[in-house]
Amino acid sequence: MRYRLFLPVMILGVFGTGWAQSPTYDLGKTPTAQEIHAWDIAIGPEGKELPPGHGTAKEGAQIFAQKCGFCHGPTGAGNGGSAPTLIKNEGKPVMTGASNGPGPLMATYSPYATTIWDYINRGMPFGQEGSLKPDEVYALTAFLLYKGGVIQEDDVMGQQSLPKVKMPNRDGWAHLPEYKHGAPRIFTNSPEH
Amino acid sequence: MDSKRRGRRGFLKGGAAVAGLAVGAIGTAGARPAAPDANSDQRLKDLIAYGERSHYVTSIRKPMVGEPSPDQFGLTRHILTPLQDSVGNITPSSLFFIGDHRGVFFPDIDPKEHRLLIHGMVDRPLEFTMEELRRFPSVSRVHFVECLGNHSKPEYKTVQETHGLTSCAEWTGVPLSLLLKECGVQSGASWVVAEGAEEVKGAGSIRLAKAMDDCLVAYGQNGEPLRPQQGFPLRLIVPGFEGIYNTKWLRRIKVVDRYYMTYNDYGHITKEPKVAALVFQWGPKSVITFPSGGQQLAGPGFYQISGLAWSGGGAVRKVEVSTDGGQTWKDAEIRGTAHPMAHIRFGMDWKWNGEECVLQSRCTDELGQGQPTRAELAKFFNVSLEYYKTHRLPGTDNTIQPWKVASDGSVHNAI
Repeated sequence: MRYRLFLPVMILGVFGTGWAQSPTYDLGKTPTAQEIHAWDIAIGPEGKELPPGHGTAKEGAQIFAQKCGFCHGPTGAGNGGSAPTLIKNEGKPVMTGASNGPGPLMATYSPYATTIWDYINRGMPFGQEGSLKPDEVYALTAFLLYKGGVIQEDDVMGQQSLPKVKMPNRDGWAHLPEYKHGAPRIFTNSPEH
Repeated sequence: MDSKRRGRRGFLKGGAAVAGLAVGAIGTAGARPAAPDANSDQRLKDLIAYGERSHYVTSIRKPMVGEPSPDQFGLTRHILTPLQDSVGNITPSSLFFIGDHRGVFFPDIDPKEHRLLIHGMVDRPLEFTMEELRRFPSVSRVHFVECLGNHSKPEYKTVQETHGLTSCAEWTGVPLSLLLKECGVQSGASWVVAEGAEEVKGAGSIRLAKAMDDCLVAYGQNGEPLRPQQGFPLRLIVPGFEGIYNTKWLRRIKVVDRYYMTYNDYGHITKEPKVAALVFQWGPKSVITFPSGGQQLAGPGFYQISGLAWSGGGAVRKVEVSTDGGQTWKDAEIRGTAHPMAHIRFGMDWKWNGEECVLQSRCTDELGQGQPTRAELAKFFNVSLEYYKTHRLPGTDNTIQPWKVASDGSVHNAI
């Protein structure tokens, strides 16, 4: 009896993916490769979605002063407003977005340089999101990485080189919680009553 | 295919009007509001086309304390639900809390133009129109949404300020698992990235196991299409998880094989395993909404203690209330059907003797998880309780909220 119960699970494990696979409703259309490509802006750590292009910190510094300085200060050191400081500033690095309030600089906090590219590309500059060309995003990413002491000023960031950047915080992150229906969290204050 | 959006200047004007309205409402508090002209166009519109609440009811949302609003860019980031005025379990759509990636800046999306793309590690990438999504079998479920930023602080005075970043609605839509099965999830897939259509294309990763369990691609809220503030025409509902994962203006789901470290994701990683274990899913939580901070009891006598309880792990099984600062606890009555990952109203009869006392509630969910005190959480993280008077609690704050009733009947935050 016990073996019979496990048999379907074993078959799925060997032959399948674990999820039901056949289309039932036949709704929706198949997007073209171009349509998917145009929307595929979530850049994973391997950088598979990165477009062609390149840029250096020197180029990035100029673009930064033009397009980012208004909110972040001309060098990224902040301007006293609500936009985060992006480079080390008198020993007080600040970058919002970390889960515990003011945290480390994004450029050195994220384990992958691709995150910086993703963030700038989809979210900056404020009010003109999506307007930066790939070369500009590479240059700005290089600028922040250089200012964060991660790469050299002349290093060229591009489709191939960016995912290879070894970030200072690459390792040592805590495992994110698994999800299982009905499983409690680790901190469960089970009252004895 | 990018969505249109309101001009910033238009927004600033709108923001100023809202701010003016709020000031006006406070200024006239207590005064009898003017009755609208019975034959005005607006009155007839309310009466016939789309009904408004009584002009005697003035409960409103407000921005989070301590965040200038609108800020220097004309943006309002977090808008709080007036839980102190709530009855029952459902938050009216007009009072549902608002949290947003970057300010309240709603894209104006024509539903005829909107598409949902599902691709990545699937056998058949598919793109759906809103009309097609409505042709799938739908489900309606009651779920709360709560922002990670819902932290009580000593300086917060009312339950709107301490707990107003949670609300509860009935959501209608298509199970995400159904859509993913239509596309055929490939072997080796383990996460999905959900992305919105707003200006920043806000995106974040959730585990595939959650996506296949109970997530909902929702187009309806409380019996009508989603409000623009809640992601019209489409949003993801990730029951029990931090609000940010409930992606508004949902346009894309990409099936991937790792935590994708995209836009939102780096903010959720930490080197502290105990903190990491308390992100994503909310623990059991409850709060007394009456009597709560800023309210005033008329004098000794009979009252009904009332509040809300919820859990990210399942349905609420038990709520207890203490009227003596946590020395003794009594079971409260669950007022209705407790749905999984949904607010449920609780209540308890109470006769106030006029003496100073501290009221608090705690709940237990169907998994047996209980709600901690702030002292218990401090012990768990090996810090002093004092530390949490000035620092934010790590992860999702589901600690017990005490309210002190002073002998004059005034009610105060007692954390």
